[in-house]
Amino acid sequence: MTRIDAKFAELHTAGKKAFVAYVMAGDPNYNTSLEIVRGLPAAGVDIIELGIPFTDPMADGPTIQLAGQRALEAGQTLEKTLQIAREFRKTDDATPIVLMGYYNPIYSRGVDRFLKDAVAAGIDGLIIVDLPPEEDSELCIPAKAAGINFIRLATPTTDDKRLPKVLQNTSGFVYYVSITGITGAAAAQAVDVAPEVARIKSKTDLPVIVGFGVRTPDTAQEIAAVADGTVVGSAIVERIANGDSPVDVLAFVKSLADGAHRA
Amino acid sequence: MPDDILNSFMTGPDENGRFGDFGGRFVSETLMPLILELEAQYEHAKTDETFWAQMHDLWTHYVGRPSPLYYAERLTQHLGGAKIYLKRDELNHTGAHKINNVLGQIILARRMGKTRIIAETGAGQHGVATATVCAKFGLKCVVYMGAHDVERQAPNVFRMKLLGAEVIPVTSGRGTLKDAMNDALRDWVTNVHDTFYCIGTVAGPHPYPAMVRDFQAIIGKEAKEQMQAAEGRLPDTIIAAIGGGSNAMGLFFPFLDDTDVNIIGVEAGGKGVNSKMEHCASLTGGRPGVLHGNRTYLLQDDDGQILEGFSISAGLDYPGIGPEHAWLHEIGRAQYVSITDLEALEAFQLSCELEGIIPALEPSHALAHVMKIAPELPKDHLIIMNMCGRGDKDIFTVARALGFEMGSF
Ligand SMILES: Cc1ncc(COP(=O)(O)O)c(C=O)c1O
Repeated sequence: MTRIDAKFAELHTAGKKAFVAYVMAGDPNYNTSLEIVRGLPAAGVDIIELGIPFTDPMADGPTIQLAGQRALEAGQTLEKTLQIAREFRKTDDATPIVLMGYYNPIYSRGVDRFLKDAVAAGIDGLIIVDLPPEEDSELCIPAKAAGINFIRLATPTTDDKRLPKVLQNTSGFVYYVSITGITGAAAAQAVDVAPEVARIKSKTDLPVIVGFGVRTPDTAQEIAAVADGTVVGSAIVERIANGDSPVDVLAFVKSLADGAHRA
Repeated sequence: MPDDILNSFMTGPDENGRFGDFGGRFVSETLMPLILELEAQYEHAKTDETFWAQMHDLWTHYVGRPSPLYYAERLTQHLGGAKIYLKRDELNHTGAHKINNVLGQIILARRMGKTRIIAETGAGQHGVATATVCAKFGLKCVVYMGAHDVERQAPNVFRMKLLGAEVIPVTSGRGTLKDAMNDALRDWVTNVHDTFYCIGTVAGPHPYPAMVRDFQAIIGKEAKEQMQAAEGRLPDTIIAAIGGGSNAMGLFFPFLDDTDVNIIGVEAGGKGVNSKMEHCASLTGGRPGVLHGNRTYLLQDDDGQILEGFSISAGLDYPGIGPEHAWLHEIGRAQYVSITDLEALEAFQLSCELEGIIPALEPSHALAHVMKIAPELPKDHLIIMNMCGRGDKDIFTVARALGFEMGSF
């Protein structure tokens, strides 16, 4: 049982939905980023999604593109991203950390070396946007073998015929992308999301978490109500971009977590 | 399997879109169903006679194919060695090879019921070709172009606007071709239901590298027949410039199994292939990585972050290269070299002065390599160089580089 499985079991017993927060590792710099990440569990975050900065984030809108640029300009590397996880694990061995990003930095480091380092750093899951099931042999299968969950994105274009293929090697949870589009764009609508979540849940026992287009405590509540939980990214990253202090960022995160937990 | 298939260089990609270890389908889930549908459509079209009949009709009557294979007599005499032929794809409608491929993709898009076409462009030639064919078929056209390229290729921006396309300047990154491709992919993910992404080179997820190659292979097919007619044999060396690699793949592909033919791809060396990375020579100065849907050679740092290339030529200013070239490089079937901005400028001028052909800066790179090797080769050595674009779009850039003040004549 991974930390992710344990977390969902715990939430299930408590009758609570999951709140997942996304921040870009190293944004706006290493120290501030580590301070924010360390504060997330106390702000009510159940699972931490830590972005791996990349120069060419093809599925991200301007907010997360700029976050990646800030991090890279401040000297963030994949090694330093793993370092954030290692530091975090010194004081928290329960909150799952999922790395989210693109394949090239991992491929560049070497898949075997990366997985070994990720396990040692206490990483629980991976969401790699540009690795669809067709490329499972690259990282998904080796990650599974290393005991790391490979969390797949399902989207509005994933039809019934394709869904089994998407679910096949997925573990931890399924991430349903509520819109066709990039991060930080359109607003998610609970009426559209509910039947899609039901469709996915009819094919898997894994929890289904919904993200993209969730920006406010109310939307977090509405979306979490029709799924097993919800993810907020761009709205949090915008606060960091604004120069809000870690205390203020975490206060905003808490309002979102409270919203999701009301569901 | 018969031996000749086992030994062929022309059977790729495999069913996973791989040329050796290169290529593949590294895209987000949202795009996967569409890419699979495109692959099915293309597989069907490949053997569909009505599809090719339509292509040939348009190539003949709209593009002006076949393009001539021209013996460059004065250039040959000047260099004093190999006999140099130019494949005149710069004479195509819209002034470059790009339209060969655009026609194929737009016919497919229409078959798939898509009503909105998006494209990325560097030099603007692919954007102009896409805008042109969209005008012809009454399709909505949106072209992403790096803000830096919008500036240095201003004539093409105006052309696209005249043709009814919307040109969106891209400011992310350094505002060149790679960033335009990122934004085109973002648009596609958002508008996947009605939009077709018309990629301008042999890159992107499978089936694009193979499909674009097949549409451009008309260049090499014609050149082979024309050389037969002119000299009664195959050329000894074929040469083309490489941005993403589509004009080169188009010339090379029909010759891959003619192993006596030397194949040379010319990358943009910018200010020189050195540790400062002020160049776009992905094969000479990069290493394998994953970007824009495929695995190929990329300019990148130790952390796998993509580096911005540098070249005087907007059409070559791309940190990657088509996956089939990466494979041909690794197996040694083709040789890849680089040419600097200064060498390309010199070739540009020589073509104007000796042949009365104002070349685009992209094929000027290929010509510069011809200038390097031709003098050392015997007079019966036959070279075909792909003159894949004309230089009208580049005159301002060249004027600036040569220190001319426009309007001061
Ligand atoms: C005239 C010309 N040649 C070459 C290229 C480079 O593309 P490719 O390598 O795909 O032929 C371009 C791209 O814009 C171009 O306009």
